[in-house]
Amino acid sequence: MPKKSSSRKTPRPAAGPVALLVGTRKGAFFVRSDRARRQWTPAGPHFLGHIVNHVVLDPRDGKTLLCAARAGHLGPTVFRSTDSGRSWKEAQRPPAFPKAEEGKKGLAVDHVFWLAPGHASEPGVWYAGVSPPGLFRSEDGGVTWEGVAGFNANPMRTTWVGGDQEQGPPGGATLHSINVDPRDPRHLYIGISAGGAFESTDAGASWRPLNKGVAADFLPVKDPEYGHDVHCMRLHPVAPDRIYQQNHCGIYRLDRPAERWTRIGDAMPKAIGDIGFPMTLHPRDPDTLWVFPMDGGTVWPRVSPGGKPAAYVSRDGGKSWKRQDAGLPPKQGWFTVKRQAMCADARDPAGVYFGTTAGDIWASSSEGARWSCIARHLPEIYSVEAA
Amino acid sequence: MVVAIPSQLRDYTGGRAHVEARGATLAELLADLERRHPGIRFRMIDEQDAIRRHIKIFVNQELARDLGAALAANDEVTIVGALSGG
Repeated sequence: MPKKSSSRKTPRPAAGPVALLVGTRKGAFFVRSDRARRQWTPAGPHFLGHIVNHVVLDPRDGKTLLCAARAGHLGPTVFRSTDSGRSWKEAQRPPAFPKAEEGKKGLAVDHVFWLAPGHASEPGVWYAGVSPPGLFRSEDGGVTWEGVAGFNANPMRTTWVGGDQEQGPPGGATLHSINVDPRDPRHLYIGISAGGAFESTDAGASWRPLNKGVAADFLPVKDPEYGHDVHCMRLHPVAPDRIYQQNHCGIYRLDRPAERWTRIGDAMPKAIGDIGFPMTLHPRDPDTLWVFPMDGGTVWPRVSPGGKPAAYVSRDGGKSWKRQDAGLPPKQGWFTVKRQAMCADARDPAGVYFGTTAGDIWASSSEGARWSCIARHLPEIYSVEAA
Repeated sequence: MVVAIPSQLRDYTGGRAHVEARGATLAELLADLERRHPGIRFRMIDEQDAIRRHIKIFVNQELARDLGAALAANDEVTIVGALSGG
């Protein structure tokens, strides 16, 4: 891996209102705050009836939004807005795999799952992760998409993702957690559920697995090179050599150029465990991160453990964890938070947000010290992004 | 010929439930439909030219299995969105 400076200048905290971009099973919603983040107003739906997996703002222009959507009947697509969501147009060429040669079976995109803006030096570049696992790139702000052949046509792809049969998590195996190194647009990380974490240092032309030290209890092989189940992986923007991962088999940290992940979830309370889907990082402090554990025992109920939902925060890079449940239901709270449904804003103190499978959005303007419900009765929430 | 468009696809036809399109096969008809209403084809046909799981296309009330179905000028083509559940 090329040697790079390990840290970048810490950005100043953002100011002003926050907008939450919410993807749900039945459409997209915006929930906007006042300057103090006390009052929240929901708006929408956009694309009512569409399954919206992700809505993301382009931080490079502050007004372009991309929305990954499909409908129950209709195929997958990407909608674009260049006026902060006032109007939308569909991509002219949404992500699609190449047509297979006659007599051969080709891949077809089932849904676009994850959207990620490209590097700051490449305006208009976006990446999309799809199910079945595939990576796509747009160079025109999401109007047209091309497959990243270095992954999609990689001779190892099918092996990495465990075959092209319908398997993987509910909804199908998917490529997600697309992270672009803020020091180098050619340096990319992706996560695949299931398949593992992968790294490219040549803008996606070639990839290699990056899973040493990560458990894969569900595989018959001990210490496999790939096949792991990454649930959510995030690179810290201020310290881009610091990567965290919420995996099907625990919570991990990797400090590059090291290759071996450390299971920081071992420091979680044993009664809670370190299984979950989402993970979000503090916008300025590389040692602070939040997770939202779920019950991964027996038949994997995938609910808050014991019906008592809580976030857990670490402020020392995962050496220790603190439970944060003030304001949350003290019992009989059986919701789940999906892998794209937890985020932090860039204010000081940082706001932390999560959306639930029950359709509620919870917010904390005190870095998780206290939670309040800011939107209720939305459809099942798939993603929440703060802008 | 006249093509019946289901409610799910009428964003592409300006709200119209019936539109004109031409073609000697279903594949040609869908290509013409795409020319007239950009974006409509990919929402019902995937990149391997398979009709999507919850879209059914009928030619004169007979279910078309693939895009090779031959069409005559006075055939009636009906596209249906077929999905149950919440």
